[in-house]
Amino acid sequence: MSEGLTIPIGPQHPSLKEPVSFLITLDGEVVKKAVIELGYNHRGLEKACESRTYIQDLYIIERVCGICSHAHSYAYCRCVEELAGLQTPRRAEYIRGIVGELERLHSHLLWLGVAGHEIGFDTLFMYTWRDRERVLDLLAEIGGNRVNYGINTIGGVRRDLDENICQHILDVMDGLEEQIKYYAELANTEATLIARLAGIGILTRDDVIKYGAVGPVARAAGIMDDVRIVEPYGVFTEIKVNGVTDDHADVYGRTVVRIKEMLESIRLIRLMVKEMPDGPISVRAPRRIPTGEIIIRVEAPRGEDVHYLRSNGTDKPDRVRVRAPSEANWHGMKHMLEGFHFADVPIIIAAIDPCYSCTDRAIMLRSDKGDTVTDWESLRRTGIERYKKMGIDPSKIRMRTSGV
Amino acid sequence: MKKIKKIFIPGKIVARAITSAFKKPATIKYPKSKPDIAPGYRGRLIYSPTNCIDCMMCMRDCPTGAITIKNLGTKENKEMHAYLNIGRCIFCCQCVDTCPKKCLSFSQDIMLSKLNRDNLTIEL
Ligand code: SF4
Ligand code: SF4
Repeated sequence: MSEGLTIPIGPQHPSLKEPVSFLITLDGEVVKKAVIELGYNHRGLEKACESRTYIQDLYIIERVCGICSHAHSYAYCRCVEELAGLQTPRRAEYIRGIVGELERLHSHLLWLGVAGHEIGFDTLFMYTWRDRERVLDLLAEIGGNRVNYGINTIGGVRRDLDENICQHILDVMDGLEEQIKYYAELANTEATLIARLAGIGILTRDDVIKYGAVGPVARAAGIMDDVRIVEPYGVFTEIKVNGVTDDHADVYGRTVVRIKEMLESIRLIRLMVKEMPDGPISVRAPRRIPTGEIIIRVEAPRGEDVHYLRSNGTDKPDRVRVRAPSEANWHGMKHMLEGFHFADVPIIIAAIDPCYSCTDRAIMLRSDKGDTVTDWESLRRTGIERYKKMGIDPSKIRMRTSGV
Repeated sequence: MKKIKKIFIPGKIVARAITSAFKKPATIKYPKSKPDIAPGYRGRLIYSPTNCIDCMMCMRDCPTGAITIKNLGTKENKEMHAYLNIGRCIFCCQCVDTCPKKCLSFSQDIMLSKLNRDNLTIEL
């Protein structure tokens, strides 16, 4: 029996514009084995957060993901607020909810376009990205930037929504609803789309549980894991979300779930704009956060986003940990790829809506001599000594240090 | 898992594609026509030194260390200047929110590119 042909995909541009490497072993056209190597995109975000103040960290956390920037900063703010015992005003929670749903809209529209592009359906890509622009323009108007809206701050939101913006939101929603209904109809009836997406990248209900997949991947297999429903927070304690699930368990199912979720988001946005109470938009937050630790989860467009925060009573966090939803979805990827055709690999990868840089949290180097765990200070000393031997003295370089 | 049984005729999107061909494009010809910048868009900062008390809170809260406030005069006779490294600034406007005297604000000026790295530090 032949060994099969092994084809490396990536680390440059493997279906999406971020680095990751796949080693695909083929048996004819069928993927026999898939090896996924993450770790090209480690940015040291968590360490950076630990050496800056809580306020400065807002803008680092916002940049964990280029799409779900609100979900991450919302989770982080909720961590800090809970530790500091702050009660955010209701109006702030409504604004956060509106921005969160707008983010879900633009994220799912982006995904639909990327999925179209991966299967060679570029017309769909152009249309959805055109519609996504309208959401981004709206977000720029609300927050001041297209992607890093910076709406969240510790204790509430930074900007209020006036009547003009609310009206504009409703107008855009009317236009979008029409478009998204058209995409929903397209997904139901366009033969090429269905033929290309149905029956590939299957992750059944049992597999979802086994690999711990989250978000639309889990919901497409019939598991309702939407944090807004299973553990309502913020505005969702008052406004009920109608969850979307599907039973196809394949890439097609994930497409259907995302399209239906967009329609649900539009409904929620309209409701939130209508029901938004008057009042203040933020409360004063202390600079020093009381000692404690906390885990918070929110529903990002890609699924459950988990943040952990530990405070030591200073104005800088002691530990920040981000578990982005893509990280949970990677574990089932090998299973999703194996057994399907090589031509389906890009769309199967794209179907979890992966974010590689969100995923890279830590790098572990293994050596034959055994692993050791080194703390930050001794790591720095070792580095300085090593460079001194090479004739360079880096000890003068100023460094931000963590803690007090 | 559900199997999709119905057979559909492909090319449903063609009708819309044809009508779109006769519509105005959604994109603009940049840089010939200028992009639409929302009124609240965060661009280049504006500094008004009159009320500045040199408390340096803006510098402390800036996540990137992009802004510097300097008093070039004496303690009694203040002459305040603000410098911004636009290569570092992420236009988050935390400094605007932080300033207790409302000395900082933002404009919608986003045309900030320079040909030389040294020119990236500008006086506000
Ligand atoms: S806008 Fe943000 S990055 Fe720029 S100077 Fe102000 S605080 Fe610093
Ligand atoms: S925070 Fe405001 S008052 Fe204080 S130094 Fe900065 S600009 Fe001046």
